[in-house]
Amino acid sequence: MFQKWKDRVTVTDIVMWMIGGTLLLLCLWGSVSTIRAGLYTKSHWIDFLIFGLAQGSIYALIATGYTMVYGVLKMINFAHGEVFMSGPFTGYFVATAMWRSDFLDNHPIMAIVAIFAVAMFVSTMVAFLVEKIAYRPLRGAPRLIPLITAIGASFFLQYLFKGLYGSGVNAYPDIEILNGFWMIFGIRVLKIQVIVIIAAIVLMLVLYNFIMLTRVGKAIRAVSEDKEAAALMGINVDAMISTTFIIGGMAAGAAGVLYALMFKQVHFFMGFLPGLKAFTAAVLGGIGNIPGAMLGGIFLGLIESVAPALFLDGLGIIAPYQLKDAIAFTMLVMVLIFRPTGILGERLASKKA
Amino acid sequence: MKNVLKVFIAVCFLFSVTAMPAVAGNVVKLQKGEPVHLAYWFVTSGANTSLGMDTFRGVEIAIEDFGGKLKGHPIKLTGQDEMCGPEGGQAAASKIASDPTVIASIGSNCSSAAKPGVPILWKMGIPNVSPSNTAPFLTDPASGPDFDGYLRTCHNDKVQGAVAAEFAFTKLGLKKAATIHDGSVYAEQLQQVFADTFTKLGGTITSQEAVSPGDTDMRPVLTKIASGKPEFIYLPMFIAESGHVTRQCKEVAGLEKVALMSADGSFSPDFLKAAGKAVIGMYHSSPDFSALGDSYGKFLEKHKAKYGISPEAPFHAHAYDAAMLILNAIDKVAVVSGDTLEIDREALVKAMYATKGMKGLTGTITCDEHGDCADPKIAVYKTSEADLKAGLMPTVPFWKKY
Repeated sequence: MFQKWKDRVTVTDIVMWMIGGTLLLLCLWGSVSTIRAGLYTKSHWIDFLIFGLAQGSIYALIATGYTMVYGVLKMINFAHGEVFMSGPFTGYFVATAMWRSDFLDNHPIMAIVAIFAVAMFVSTMVAFLVEKIAYRPLRGAPRLIPLITAIGASFFLQYLFKGLYGSGVNAYPDIEILNGFWMIFGIRVLKIQVIVIIAAIVLMLVLYNFIMLTRVGKAIRAVSEDKEAAALMGINVDAMISTTFIIGGMAAGAAGVLYALMFKQVHFFMGFLPGLKAFTAAVLGGIGNIPGAMLGGIFLGLIESVAPALFLDGLGIIAPYQLKDAIAFTMLVMVLIFRPTGILGERLASKKA
Repeated sequence: MKNVLKVFIAVCFLFSVTAMPAVAGNVVKLQKGEPVHLAYWFVTSGANTSLGMDTFRGVEIAIEDFGGKLKGHPIKLTGQDEMCGPEGGQAAASKIASDPTVIASIGSNCSSAAKPGVPILWKMGIPNVSPSNTAPFLTDPASGPDFDGYLRTCHNDKVQGAVAAEFAFTKLGLKKAATIHDGSVYAEQLQQVFADTFTKLGGTITSQEAVSPGDTDMRPVLTKIASGKPEFIYLPMFIAESGHVTRQCKEVAGLEKVALMSADGSFSPDFLKAAGKAVIGMYHSSPDFSALGDSYGKFLEKHKAKYGISPEAPFHAHAYDAAMLILNAIDKVAVVSGDTLEIDREALVKAMYATKGMKGLTGTITCDEHGDCADPKIAVYKTSEADLKAGLMPTVPFWKKY
């Protein structure tokens, strides 16, 4: 038994486990000393959690787009961050136009619905066209080629929107009904964050049920398992791939508006960092797996918000929030050391690897 | 493998040899009709575009005021985007340095772009004047010989940070402050000057936090700041990050009543857009334009007539002075011999450092031996609801020391 185990484990494995173990110990040590120092009260921790949850649910929505496209095409759609940017950037013009005409203040709900509609439409169209123009002609090419094309498409979209809408920063107008906070179970929560979290959860449930319960969803899953076999069963593979991009684009557009409502500022480069984080979230959760992407996104958001204060403060590191991204990516490395397929990725490992 | 290494070393050696004469024989000869070439490197994309365009317009007006010609040669201005960061600064400076016709350069806007960029320019013997790099490091004696060809017409943040600290401590009477920076040379050094002065005055710094450029979710870091219960937060960052902090600050429990102050890097109408209503009652330190003389009024008229708008950031006048400083110095050292105009860049740098008592828009420009040429007048501004409605930063100082 021991002999067998010894044959299977390589030196690399042991080194990786040691790195992982050290990091884990450091995290534990940091957490214990932070909590013992008692710098933060219970309400601070609850705030950290809620802020992380709101940010994470946006990552989760974007990550579903990455993971679904990976499922059907086995490629990383690096232009997805720009799909995310295109919607809210266009929605900004709708929002300011309605704000100038006082429509936004008089009928805020209708105005928000209109912003969502426009943004989701634009993001969907961008995602659809990127697939049609940039990826479809490369179907069947080696895997590296669509990947590089995706990076090219990403740059093209960034500079297209820079040319269309300008390179400066614009900000969404303040929407009165979204300002302020609610008391939920005696906890003070910002309205906008409650709305973002609920909207994201509802959208993710709809999306998951669409994939799991409808005929189209079933066809998409069939395509992601085996394209040839799906085609033999009479499934229109190209149409299903387009549908995947459309669903991913809609989720990204909605995530974009939620993001813009929470942070207000929009500019042509805004998709880069959230795109990267969502990609990380998708890998974290197990790429190709939709619940995994959702879990990964929320996990990443929570880590970004809580970890600098929890782990690093106790270790005596000053200005820990500067290292927020470093922690997020270290977490990715750690998860991949112990579970190379991601948190929920195991079931799919044999088929997708 | 060994051969590859040999070739690599040989190539490196070759480059170092070919690069040397440019510094030694540093004379640019212009034939008849050839332009006097100045290069600028400003932020012309991204959130801080207003800063770059503002300085660019200042330079253009200066060239026009100079007459557009220098000893019969037209003045040519070309530019690069330094993107307000080290990578952009390096790329922009390399592009300028690769052009042998460039006589002097104006830039950068952001100190973090100047740090890697200026040594690249100086290696090719190109003197550089910045209209808006305020980080103390750049003219510090410890910055080394790489910065020997570097001057600036804006204030040094040793002045600005101290003004902010005195304002918070003496005028507002606040004793507990926190700072946030974004890791850029500008913000990090400025908040450090603030923190040092504030502590010296007798105040307490509850924490000095940092975020990364491009961060949007500032609520966690603000929650961390809130645990120290400060009365005042100093956030001398650029427009996007300052905007996020300002907007999100009032939403964090415990920071509803805290006073906010930023600095000249975000003193732009674009900041009003980025921060929205949260900007009302916020303080900024920035050069005091109300103290400037008639020549500044004339400049404003020209600006309005030429571009149809008022200046968008606080460094247009410094850019004007930077361009004037360079042009006057070139005028002094350029030698006409027959049909050609000879400009010795080494003599040019000396002439630039020797600038004394030049009447500029921002006051009397006198350069010290480290390259600080400004006549700094820093005031504190407070943004009101009316300013937000008008979409302009306040023009009348709220407080000044002098």
